Amino acid sequence: MKETQTMETSKTDIAQTERICGSEAIIKCLIAEGVDILYGYPGGAIMPVYDELYKYRDEIHHVLTRHEQGAAHAAQGFARISGRVGVAMATSGPGATNLITGIADAQIDSTPIVCITGQVPSHLLGTDAFQETDIIGISTPVTKWNHQVTKASEIPEVLAKAFYIAKSGRPGPVLIDITKDAQFGELDFKYEKCTGVRSYIPTPKTNVESVNAAANLINAAKKPMIVWGQGVILGEAEAELKAVIEKTGIPSAWTIMGASAIPTSHPLNIGMVGMHGNYAPNKLTNECDVLIAIGMRFDDRVTGDLNTYAKQAKVIHFEIDPAEVNKNVHADVAVLGNSKDSLSQLLPLLNENTHIEWLQEFKDLYAIEFDKVIKSDLHPTKEGLTMGEVLKEINVQSKGDAAIVSDVGQHQMIACRYSEFNKTKSNITSGGLGTMGFALPAAIGAKMAAPEREVVAIIGDGGYQMNIQELGTIFQQKVPVKIVVLNNEFLGMVRQWQQLFFDKRYASTEMTNPDFVTIAKGYHIEGKRVVKREELADAIKEMIASKESYFLEVCVEKEDNVFPMIPSGASVSDIRLS
Amino acid sequence: MNEEIKSFTISIYTENNIGLLNRISAIFQRRHINIESLTTSQSEIEGVNRFVIVVNITESQAKKIIGQFQKQIEVIRAYYHTEEQTIYQESGMFKIKSDLLFDEPQIQNIIKESNARIVTVNKEFFVLEKSGRRNEIESLRRDLNIFGIMQFVRSGRIAVTKEEMKITEMLLAFNNQ
Ligand SMILES: Cc1ncc(C[n+]2csc(CCOP(=O)(O)OP(=O)(O)O)c2C)c(N)n1
Repeated sequence: MKETQTMETSKTDIAQTERICGSEAIIKCLIAEGVDILYGYPGGAIMPVYDELYKYRDEIHHVLTRHEQGAAHAAQGFARISGRVGVAMATSGPGATNLITGIADAQIDSTPIVCITGQVPSHLLGTDAFQETDIIGISTPVTKWNHQVTKASEIPEVLAKAFYIAKSGRPGPVLIDITKDAQFGELDFKYEKCTGVRSYIPTPKTNVESVNAAANLINAAKKPMIVWGQGVILGEAEAELKAVIEKTGIPSAWTIMGASAIPTSHPLNIGMVGMHGNYAPNKLTNECDVLIAIGMRFDDRVTGDLNTYAKQAKVIHFEIDPAEVNKNVHADVAVLGNSKDSLSQLLPLLNENTHIEWLQEFKDLYAIEFDKVIKSDLHPTKEGLTMGEVLKEINVQSKGDAAIVSDVGQHQMIACRYSEFNKTKSNITSGGLGTMGFALPAAIGAKMAAPEREVVAIIGDGGYQMNIQELGTIFQQKVPVKIVVLNNEFLGMVRQWQQLFFDKRYASTEMTNPDFVTIAKGYHIEGKRVVKREELADAIKEMIASKESYFLEVCVEKEDNVFPMIPSGASVSDIRLS
Repeated sequence: MNEEIKSFTISIYTENNIGLLNRISAIFQRRHINIESLTTSQSEIEGVNRFVIVVNITESQAKKIIGQFQKQIEVIRAYYHTEEQTIYQESGMFKIKSDLLFDEPQIQNIIKESNARIVTVNKEFFVLEKSGRRNEIESLRRDLNIFGIMQFVRSGRIAVTKEEMKITEMLLAFNNQ
């Protein structure tokens, strides 16, 4: 490690050193970082650490998931609802590779997690030893930082750095691979929190001129529109954003990752942008004169065809990661920095304003969307149940206080479109990677990090079966999560594309499913199956009222489609309502 | 939006850590950019490495990719420069049969005119070294090829920039924070 000399040490931090082994040092580092829950799965190369976990079991609670992928997603769910760093642990080889999907998901969705993997003893590195895999090489493209530890003495400094890097700036996953001899080896233990790494600037300084330029553009705008993303939640800038919106009266939309930062019911909240977002904010992206992007990265699912995206608008981009500026969309003004700081600097420079007529344009388009899509989603008159009405009922019964953890597919889009959020950090979903199998384990992590909150997982019958084994974790740990499977007996989203773009050739999207309620019961989880509309409200009521975990399967219409939709590669203007 | 593809020299100052080369090359690979040449060595600052990488890309690609490098934790700073903004060299080595020195008097002229340096001579072979621009080394290679080259190797580009890069200041600023 070259950074030794560069790490700052606050005087009060200096603890007495004590002679302990590497594996105990790992646990002590975790405790020093405030970790009281971690998720993982043991195996040969990480056994010394598990032995210490046993000794420290009163101070740190290890949750045995049923698959390492589950551990990574649980750590993500933990981080997403709490803003704290989630921790996952696995053995070498297959244990480590099983974490990768969760790590990649955390990377693209900027989720702070630290993964600790065991590794074969250092003298066996490179020998194709049993369960040796080059996890540093494998994880490099999907981690914010990774590092292999081969000496016990490196452990405190490397782990301190891991937590610092995972959480600071634009957060992300860090993987630390620790050889078994480093776990057994001894060191003089002393823990100092990391406060800086010389080659790393977590948060660029906000330039006053750029804030002024942004304020001038906003003050002069006739048809401004805000699109915020997860950067607002990660920067804990919800109050600042709300103040900006209310002072300026600017209609404001959100990306899927930004959902819940401002309550759904807020009069200036005009809905979601993107492929299955709302009609008005998508259409009017190409009508606004100033587009104010805050903590979002112009993902292709948000922009559609870049050549026809907001070309008429001046673009202001508030962003913590300089690499995102001008990556996809040219910014006329880029305001670098943490969203909380930059929005606080912006607020006093803004003129009080309203945009009544402009806002009315959003309302008019909403009325069209309501008529063509929302009405039949939420108040269906046909026999089959819709996903939308299930979400509507969950909103009613949970009074909008629930955290909604969605998986990937049609149900995810419906969940994000129709959930009514009162509180921030309430929409936990796999946005960037679109990882089926995310929701069930992520819900476990979310509920454990925020036990006071109602956590409802919304999952398709496909994705549910990708990590269904985590029912075992829910049962063993008695995690009172509520699980809703919206069963359409199809890989619905793929089937929708097949219907729309592949002449209904339903190649391998039909599912013959097991009896899900019986499976839940096998794990001693109370469950119910709803097939009729009349049963729905009571079932959801019972689920929300339950003090324990509860499984609800709702059999929905098999071939419903999610609209609106911007076909892939099309312009936001070409959003379809049917 | 048909931007011109040009040769850019990318300089990356980094901490000296295992695995960084992997991280850097992955950034090119993910974007399907071919690396024309790559050199890494100690820089002017103790403990700080410098990568010099030549790629043929557009300027907007260059800008974006610099952002990706800069974002890596152990990258101190990354820059891109056009050929005009750098002073650059490559180095080529030629192993040639010693007999030719005597049988083919022309070779002696070629060596002299090219400003190549004889590194070693023994009974079987001699070794020539030529530093300079790619085309100079290439032209020497073509000239010698007529007589037969036992081995040839050319280094990646090394380059210094005309502009200052202020890495030391940057590191000092961190230490004084
Ligand atoms: C791990 C993974 N594999 C494949 C996909 C591609 N994919 C996206 S949505 C989807 C269908 C999801 O089906 P289901 O879970 O039943 O949800 P529904 O769309 O029916 O609501 C698939 C296969 C994916 N996102 N993730």
